[in-house]
Amino acid sequence: MTGAPLPDAELALGRLADKMRGAVAFDAKLVGIYSGGAWLAERLADMLDGEHPVGYIDVSFYRDDYAQKGLRAKLAATSIPFEVTGSRIVLIDDVLYTGRSVRAAINELFDYGRPESIELAVLIDRGGRELPIEATYVGARLAVARDVSVVLQRHLDGRLELSLEPSGSAGGE
Amino acid sequence: MNNPQLSADGELQHLLTLEGLPAEIIGRILDTAVPFVSIAEREVKKVPLLRGKTVFNLFFENSTRTRTTFEIAAKRLSADVINLNIGVSSATKGETLLDTIDNLVAMNADMFIVRHGESGAPHLIAQHLWATQRQHIHVINAGDGRHGHPTQGLLDLFTIRHYKHDFRELTIAIVGDVLHSRVARSLIHGLTTLGTPEVRVIGPQTLLPTAVESLGVHVFHDMRDGLAGCDVVVMLRLQSERMKGALLPSAGEFFKHYGLTVEKLRLAKPDAIVMHPGPMNRGVEIDSAVADGTHSVILPQVTFGIAVRMAVMSILAGSR
Repeated sequence: MTGAPLPDAELALGRLADKMRGAVAFDAKLVGIYSGGAWLAERLADMLDGEHPVGYIDVSFYRDDYAQKGLRAKLAATSIPFEVTGSRIVLIDDVLYTGRSVRAAINELFDYGRPESIELAVLIDRGGRELPIEATYVGARLAVARDVSVVLQRHLDGRLELSLEPSGSAGGE
Repeated sequence: MNNPQLSADGELQHLLTLEGLPAEIIGRILDTAVPFVSIAEREVKKVPLLRGKTVFNLFFENSTRTRTTFEIAAKRLSADVINLNIGVSSATKGETLLDTIDNLVAMNADMFIVRHGESGAPHLIAQHLWATQRQHIHVINAGDGRHGHPTQGLLDLFTIRHYKHDFRELTIAIVGDVLHSRVARSLIHGLTTLGTPEVRVIGPQTLLPTAVESLGVHVFHDMRDGLAGCDVVVMLRLQSERMKGALLPSAGEFFKHYGLTVEKLRLAKPDAIVMHPGPMNRGVEIDSAVADGTHSVILPQVTFGIAVRMAVMSILAGSR
């Protein structure tokens, strides 16, 4: 599809954890954006030192393309098992592209309360931002064509893998 | 147009009836309702999906509870909600139903929630919108005559699935005044579509529709026989106005034969759930000890009803 070699997801995750180690707050709470970000949040909670509670966000109710695309058929329930007000939160997503999912996730978080701070950690930053949003921690950077989606998959044994798909077929961002 | 609630490519455009609604669409509505349940537990009980949309609650027949739950559902989706009790306004001045609709469309309505005493009124509105190329305005049937009450049927299905998981293993009894109950009709259609192997209706001959077996249910006149082995017992409201006719001797007599008591409930499975669409007549169709007992899921039904209505509205408003 493109000539750019895809980074290995497990290596990128290792690099992301290295960057977060010692940099995120000792009491930071990890909030993964479904579905890729949710897998990453669980893995990072194990890889980082200390206790980092994990929450999950499905941004479907906050997306800005609802009027064009409607509601997706498969929704997951947002679940934030801790008090958001006063928390230091790290939002986690698999692929940062236009920034629209992150915008939606931040809006949703504020409907749970007023966090002390929000940082953003992403496995892949593929550029192409349409909003003034940048990640605090990045596992790997990647340049791919606009009509291609970068998709994170989780195998049955828990191993993560990146692939490219024609856009429109799957999430990405 | 034989199924005016679906678009040409099978997308849900209006919700008029559960009869003939494909299992995939029912399943999608129930799945979509799950994440809406938790919104009620948040600090801000609102999501922005229907922001800027105008929803008209058109009630040609009184129903405070149904109107309120639709209003809450629409407001939690950030819609603007206008409540119109037409019984006491235009209709009494002679305006026709479709003239009322056209006027509200001229006010840029995006969705109509319709409760009407006449069976088929929401269909008529939906067909009118199709015929005038305005099918982007959505219609939800909130109860029409004796015909149907699809969102109540869906919330009943949601409640059953929540507690009992797989319809294909269940025995479900619907008890009481099935004849006048649009709730029962909607629920029966939904249950059979989802593959429930054993749906029973229990009631006196005078309160069961003729040929009710053709809906795929088993008929029982003796409540004790009918309740045996049930996973779910759905009690229907006995409407006191029905008592005036020759259908029933008295409320006391009805309770003796068809009222749900703790003792009769023992004939169902030990983990059976008891449902009621409300409002309840305590001591007529259900004993307080059951209504307030551990088997009762009557109040969770109300909570789930809001989530189910939010799901229906967001699926409709998101379709083109």
